[in-house]
This record gives sequence, structure tokens and C-alpha cells, in this order.
Amino acid sequence: MENLLIEGSAKTPTVNFNSEAGVIELKGRSIPENSVEFYQPLNEWIELYAKSPKLETVVEIKLEYFNTSSSKCILDLFKKLESMNNSSTQVKVNWYFEEDDEDMEEAGEDYQAIIGLPFNMIEVDEI
Amino acid sequence: MLRYLIPIVYICEYLLSDMSISNVYQLFKTLEKDSILLSFKGLVTAELLSSILHIMESKLTHLQEDSKLKKKVFNVLVECLQNLYHHIDVHEDDIKEDIELLDKKSAVFMIARFGGSFYVRTGNYVENKDATKLMRRLDKINSLDKEELRLYYQEILGNGGRSGKGTAGLGMIDIARKSGNKLEYEFVQVTEDIKFFCLNVKID
Repeated sequence: MENLLIEGSAKTPTVNFNSEAGVIELKGRSIPENSVEFYQPLNEWIELYAKSPKLETVVEIKLEYFNTSSSKCILDLFKKLESMNNSSTQVKVNWYFEEDDEDMEEAGEDYQAIIGLPFNMIEVDEI
Repeated sequence: MLRYLIPIVYICEYLLSDMSISNVYQLFKTLEKDSILLSFKGLVTAELLSSILHIMESKLTHLQEDSKLKKKVFNVLVECLQNLYHHIDVHEDDIKEDIELLDKKSAVFMIARFGGSFYVRTGNYVENKDATKLMRRLDKINSLDKEELRLYYQEILGNGGRSGKGTAGLGMIDIARKSGNKLEYEFVQVTEDIKFFCLNVKID
């Protein structure tokens, strides 16, 4: 299957979904007004990937910040990943946040509380 | 470009009709006294929203302020502006044709900075029944402490449905969490059915 590559913009994150590597990455910021529209192709790609995933799938979330409209879409994305976990692939989430950025750290913990996937919280100097 | 001009033309018409020209200076002094970084009155369109965020981002970059605080301010700005944007639930072009509707859908927005805090203020018209719902939600949010807000956010995120506009009802909770203060609000009765909703968010 084809990889999904979307260049980031002032309101949307860089998307790098790589099926051969089993790596799903979101990087930058996610503040579009209509996030449902933006996230739809991402969800579709994951549905397709779920049919023949790698043994291990790594989800790399490197977001500076996101709006609440995106937060629901990101949750939907995690739910899709959660449902393919264990059956055909082992899904791991690496959640990055900048040093001292409690808001993004908490945002990761919010998802961790809702989603049954292993989260690895990673503090970095700069995203 | 035209869509930015509409509100300006609108303000100018107001100034010319109801105020003497020297009141422009009065307006300037008021904005200065209140330490307003940016203010706007008119229709919050997608394009306008992008420009305001762009302007504010570069303004914030140049301010000598803690980067964590600046990030919180930007976050609150995004949510407040997007609330105003989603508030226009009719097509932009239909509004421009209809001056009465344009006025009804117009909003006011300002960001101020003084005493080491930032203030984001918004105002827009709401119908009585929506005002009641909004008031209930704001009171509930204001009654919760930091940890309770966090759990409430998780609850709405995990179980709450999505409104047609994809806002998911999380906006105000997020604003409260990021601001770290209670949400100050007021509803001014304008007509029998309409109120003007004023929100003041202090971020420090």
C-alpha cells in the first residue's frame, strides 16, 4: 500500500504514515477549524493498513499543540489503532512533549487514561 | 481582501454616523489605556481567523515573556476564535448580502496584556435557550478544581458525541484548563430573545 505523506501547514501537522516501516507519525500543530475533514484520509489509511500491518506498529505523536476539534479526531485515530492492537500487530505510542510543557504532557496522559494502548511519554528539548 | 474590509467599513460607518471624528482619538486612547494588543469587531471568517492567529503569533514571539505562558495564550486564542467562527452557522456569503444578519453574527474580540497577565475577551449574540445551556456549562466548569476539570475533560472526550461542527463541547473546558483561572462571563439582555455573551479569560 502507498505511504501517506502530507506536508505540515500553519494549521495542520506533518503526516508521515509509512506502511513498510510500520510507523505512523504526526508532527507539528493541529488547529484546523474543520478537523474532521483533515483527519478523514488519515483514518482511511489506518483502516487499510489494519488489513496487513507490520508485526509492530509505532505511533509517533510529536505535536506542539492541538485544538479541541482535533482532540476528538486524534481520539478516533487512537481507537482505530487500539482495535488492531494484539490481533495482528503490537501498537506502541510514543508521545513527545517539550521540556516543561505540562499541557502537552497532560494531553498525552488524558489519552492514556482513555485508550488501552501502551504510552511512552518522551520529554524533548524541542519538537 | 474584501472580507477584512467589511468590518472596517462597518466601524467607519458607525463612527461617521454616531460619533464625531475626534472620537477616533478617544477610541485610540481607550485601546491604549486597556493595553489592547489587538481588537476586532465584525464577522469572524476562516480567513480572518487565520490572519489574526498569524499576527498574534508574531506579536507573541517578540514579547519578552515565558514561552510556556505564550503557548497557553495562543492555545486559548485558538479556542476562543474558533468558538466565534463556529458561531456563524450560516454561509459567509449569505451573511454579506444581509446587513441585519451581518450585525447579528458579528462578534467582538480583543486581547490585552497587563500586570504580567494576558486577557482574551470575546462577545457575541446568543439566543436565550443557548444562553441558558452555555451558562450551565460555564457554572459547572467554574465549580471544578484543576484535577476535576481534567477528569471532566477526559469524560467528555471519551464519551461525548460530536456536535455537527466538530467542536465536541470541549472548547470551554480546555480554555479553563489552559487559563488556570475561573471563566468570567456575563449575559446582557439585548432583546426579548437575544442576549450578548461576554467572556473574559485571564491567562497567567
